[in-house]
Amino acid sequence: MSHDHRDHDHLHEPVTTSEEPAVAARVRALEELLLEKGVVERDELRQRIDWLVSRSPADGARLVARAWIDEDFKERLFEDARQAALELGVDPGPSPVVVALENTDDVHHMVVCTLCSCYPRALLGPPPDWYKSLPYRSRAVSDPRGVLREFGLALEEDVELRVVDSTADIRYLVVPRRPAGTDDLDEDALAALVTRDSMIGVSQPLAAA
Amino acid sequence: MSFAPGDTVRVSSRAHDGHHRAPGYLKGKTGTVERVHGLFLNPETRAYGEDGEPARRLYLVGFEMRDLWPAYRGGGDDRLAADVFEHWLEPAR
Repeated sequence: MSHDHRDHDHLHEPVTTSEEPAVAARVRALEELLLEKGVVERDELRQRIDWLVSRSPADGARLVARAWIDEDFKERLFEDARQAALELGVDPGPSPVVVALENTDDVHHMVVCTLCSCYPRALLGPPPDWYKSLPYRSRAVSDPRGVLREFGLALEEDVELRVVDSTADIRYLVVPRRPAGTDDLDEDALAALVTRDSMIGVSQPLAAA
Repeated sequence: MSFAPGDTVRVSSRAHDGHHRAPGYLKGKTGTVERVHGLFLNPETRAYGEDGEPARRLYLVGFEMRDLWPAYRGGGDDRLAADVFEHWLEPAR
């Protein structure tokens, strides 16, 4: 954004450097405009950013681990993931509707947003860069098994792959299959096996140690 | 026109100037309604500072990968599902 110096007479170094990615400069320009036009308040923006970065995949992992050990909770999670999150004290955020997708021996879900980068941020934190990249967004829908192989997941031929394109207001959380040999693990130990990628559906959870 | 789970629908292939959330690769494709999400504000007007009213019904529509990509490499049962607003859907047989 062009900088007007009419109301102050000193020169100062731009915060932007030539190394700054173009997208970061664009975001800051938009931010300045939104503030200038009074669409958002600076504190409101900061609070929102703080809230976003305070979320992490550990929040989603708690939901998954509970679903693995509690059949009734699991049912409620698939019925209304937002309510289920509140039940565990996980803030589902201002986001619209969250839908949980169950991976089983026969069906594997993976999530993409081809139009932008819709992601269950309240439950998983900020999305990884690759999730927002054009190659993932285009290839996840046309060659999903190839993409999964690149993530190290060779899906069996007889497993039905379901790619979910999160194109509107719904945010999708994949509930991966519980790994074998975890019968003796408690809820916290189970949650530690649930990775971010397994809740996007591009990998399986970690194996039991 | 409202749809119910199991209904066969086609995504409209009409062009649209401006922001909309019906992905190009699904336009003209036929699928099945899998879930009715409910009413949501219309992103096509919301994107330009309006309130998005009247709200539009949003559906999860499932497609067979083979119908989307003739050269699809993968299992024959593989599917893709996407959220599509009612005004982008037409009844199909």
